[in-house]
Amino acid sequence: MALLELPSWAALAPMLLLLATALVLFVVDSIRPGETGRGLLAGIATVGSLASLGVAVWFIVAGVGQPGLEGLGVVELFDGQLVVDQMALYFTIVVAVVTALVAIASYDYMDGHAYQAEYYSLVMLAATGMATMAAANSLVTIFIALELASLPSYALVSILKDNRGSVEGGLKYFLIGALSSAIFVYGISLVYGVTGSLQLTAIADTIAAGDADPYGGLLGLGIVMLIGGFAFKTASVPFHFWAPDAYEGAPAPISAFLSSASKAAGFVIAFRVFTEAFPVGATADLIGLDWTLAFVILAIVTMTVGNFAAATQNNVKRMLAYSSVGHAGYALIGLAGLGADGGELVMGAAMMHLLVYGFMNTGAFLFVALAEHWGVGRTFEDYSGLGRRAPVACFALAIFMFSLAGIPPLGGFWSKYFLFSAAIDAGLLLVAAALVINSALSLYYYSRLVKAVWFDEPLADRDALAQPIGLYTAIVIAAVVTVLLLPAFGPVSETAVEAAAIVVG
Amino acid sequence: MMIEMLIAVALLGAAVVFVAPNRYAGKLAFLISLVPATLSLWMYTAFDGSGNALLGGDLAYETQLEWLTFGDYAISWFVGLDGISLPLVVLTTILTTLAIVSSWTPIDERESQFYGLVLFIEANLIGVFAALDFFVWFIFWEAVLIPMYLLIGVWGGPRRKYAAIKFFVYTNVASLVMFGAFIALVFGLGDAVTSFALPEVTAAMLDGGPEGLFGVGGTTLASIVFVAMFLGFAVKVPVVPFHTWLPDAHVEAPTPASVLLAGVLLKMGTYALLRFNFTMFPHEVVEPFLVPIGVVAVVSVIYGAMLALAQTDLKRIVAYSSVSSMGYVILGLIALTQFGVGGATFQMVSHGLISGLMFMAVGVIYNATHTRMVTDMSGMADRMPVAVGILIAGSFGYMGLPLMSGFAAEYFIFFGAFGAAFDYAPLFTALAMFGIVIVAGYLLFAMQRAVFGPYSLETDYEVTRAPLHDIAPMFVLLGLIIALGVAPDLIFEMITDAVDPILENGGEL
Repeated sequence: MALLELPSWAALAPMLLLLATALVLFVVDSIRPGETGRGLLAGIATVGSLASLGVAVWFIVAGVGQPGLEGLGVVELFDGQLVVDQMALYFTIVVAVVTALVAIASYDYMDGHAYQAEYYSLVMLAATGMATMAAANSLVTIFIALELASLPSYALVSILKDNRGSVEGGLKYFLIGALSSAIFVYGISLVYGVTGSLQLTAIADTIAAGDADPYGGLLGLGIVMLIGGFAFKTASVPFHFWAPDAYEGAPAPISAFLSSASKAAGFVIAFRVFTEAFPVGATADLIGLDWTLAFVILAIVTMTVGNFAAATQNNVKRMLAYSSVGHAGYALIGLAGLGADGGELVMGAAMMHLLVYGFMNTGAFLFVALAEHWGVGRTFEDYSGLGRRAPVACFALAIFMFSLAGIPPLGGFWSKYFLFSAAIDAGLLLVAAALVINSALSLYYYSRLVKAVWFDEPLADRDALAQPIGLYTAIVIAAVVTVLLLPAFGPVSETAVEAAAIVVG
Repeated sequence: MMIEMLIAVALLGAAVVFVAPNRYAGKLAFLISLVPATLSLWMYTAFDGSGNALLGGDLAYETQLEWLTFGDYAISWFVGLDGISLPLVVLTTILTTLAIVSSWTPIDERESQFYGLVLFIEANLIGVFAALDFFVWFIFWEAVLIPMYLLIGVWGGPRRKYAAIKFFVYTNVASLVMFGAFIALVFGLGDAVTSFALPEVTAAMLDGGPEGLFGVGGTTLASIVFVAMFLGFAVKVPVVPFHTWLPDAHVEAPTPASVLLAGVLLKMGTYALLRFNFTMFPHEVVEPFLVPIGVVAVVSVIYGAMLALAQTDLKRIVAYSSVSSMGYVILGLIALTQFGVGGATFQMVSHGLISGLMFMAVGVIYNATHTRMVTDMSGMADRMPVAVGILIAGSFGYMGLPLMSGFAAEYFIFFGAFGAAFDYAPLFTALAMFGIVIVAGYLLFAMQRAVFGPYSLETDYEVTRAPLHDIAPMFVLLGLIIALGVAPDLIFEMITDAVDPILENGGEL
């Protein structure tokens, strides 16, 4: 394949394309500052993220990242600071997909807002950071990538400068983000102090060789702090408090972006760090504790807290924010099962869930963006009767909600089922039970939204609702893919489990 | 690829109709639905399958494609038809077309969405009857729920929200119980199965059965799974005491949704009972449950009929009578004789036609009078002679008048059940036969009050004859009912061909 002749850094193409798009947007805007048409900006962002998606899909199909494939195998760059394997490509795909959907939807949503070019380039920069997170293979690159993803996100949340909620959400996000960055970096320094290396495989080697022996407790502390850092990024308990406020205040496409892409990127860090740097057996011997236990507890607590909080919300955006906390809990199962045989199945299932989630959750938030575009208000009551006016969008919403709730036959059911069966296989009965109970619970608040738009009578007579083309396109694509993922589960599950198996080793 | 074609036409048609303008949606949906109807009739004439799909029979229109492998289990796109599923597929396509025509009058808002959902249901119903891999089957099984939930909840009567949610919660919980049970069974079978293909699971079940799971022994596991699956399907059928969602859903649902609900959706439950509970499990596991299930069946027949007797709402009468009719199906299934199981399958088709006809007739009368209360009506025969004539004909079908399909079905079932080998079989059959008397009672009672006598309905509407497109689908149904009544072998032969392996396999009782 032609890929053989490319230099090895070309494996970073999906990430570099996102970065280049951000820079092109800056250039385009600087030619005629503030006057460039929004269509052009949104178009560039969309094309850029689609190009990145295309290249990532091509790589994964062509076999980049598969060990044992001459010349195309796992590509390590910069002395192993970055690694392009199946997992990196898989998560780059998730990020690129969400970015593309957000860019398309923003065409309408950002209509009339100031700072359009800045908005799109910040989105692309944050996406670059997330894609780098997927490929980062040392604690330093992880931290840099994390910050590259976070800093634009803070700005994006508060980009509606005249809106108090937006500024407040951005501020909260920034403060908690800064705090968790500090914790994360402290954790890195402890791990470095104990093992003397930052590269993930080198850390594992040191632990396995017994060179870190007297400092097990210190290493344990470092690990806990690392967990804190990515718990923030994935909005897992106890670092989830920022999520509802930030998601509620942020422009709705940004809420979609953060809750889908940023969360997936947070998980890829966790997946990589805890499989590559801290193999369960050796680490447990050293620190005297099996870290999967922490994730068992974290998973159960996160899904329960998220679901119960979501059930009591009256504001649709906050409900979705808490539900995304709940879904972080489901994805955490991927880490909880790593200690057992078949750990790669559990992690593969979690990766599949994150992909499905990327579509259904983005779609749900984009529906909220559509509702904000219409100006119909934010509570469940405000949404009532929308089905009469906008059947296609509301039908898509029903798909997203039932899929999020895990109602068969939609994508969400299958990824949850695979999580469930893999968890049972790995002996995590308690977690599997929590997954089922929480899923059943979640039907209550998801179906409430479906009931509101389809069954309830509208509170007031509404004028004909606009049909913004960008938002509609994005929502319909998300809905169609949520359904079409079903026949595509074969290749997706194979890729995910294969990618997980490579990392788990 | 015939089955795929049926499903694809219905699915794509659903999408097209969903975005079509309201004005043309009904006609467009009708034209689209003619394609699967014609194709399925052609498939009926060209049918060349033999034996039972789960027991190594030769399938017609079979496709098996690898789909995905997760862990130790493969899932594949596996569809095909045998003598049991083909009649039900034909029933589905024909009833959908007729239901679409019968909705032209009553559905007057958001038509394109309505017809889109109806076609979407059709696609999934075909899938349920054709799928032979558990996962594929389950996808179709569950995909029926959401559109039906919307049909009831959006276009239904005054208490539609309550009815829709009740329908959804009941059937979804039941499905999940059944799903969990089946997965436990497959895990319990251990290395004997490597896929979710139903024939493979069946073979493993009959060849030794499960090893056990989480400390539960193999035999116990099989029994637990049998019960859990029975409960899961029983809600869908529905049998007493899980029947309460049915009258609510039926009464609130718009006429065409009722037609599909009674005509085909309920058959999903009995079809699954036949396929799973009474085909997969070896005789030793099934036997202890025959008498309890027999009690449930007889109670459903008698109690359902008694409830129908107590109603004054014409639609409720028809709805409750479904509980009673489906009780016969269960009775036929547990007989485990050729006539019993074959008759049960025959009754599924027959009841689909007759109940569809009844709901359409009630719907037409309601459209004209805006009431369904038999106490309000009187002398309808004067104003709507054709519609009322069809209603009476349908009632006769229900009562089991000879030369109509209901008679053939009930005769087969009683004949089969009377000679069944489980304890007290003749007693159960005799009790169930008494149900016929009650059926005749409530139907004649309702007819006498609503149809005959002087016209006295007080209403602001002018009650006139129904338009041709309301009447035509009912004539088609009536024709089919009589055809099956006169010549049951149109389908009974292929049914028994597929039923016989079940009996040989279970050791004829």
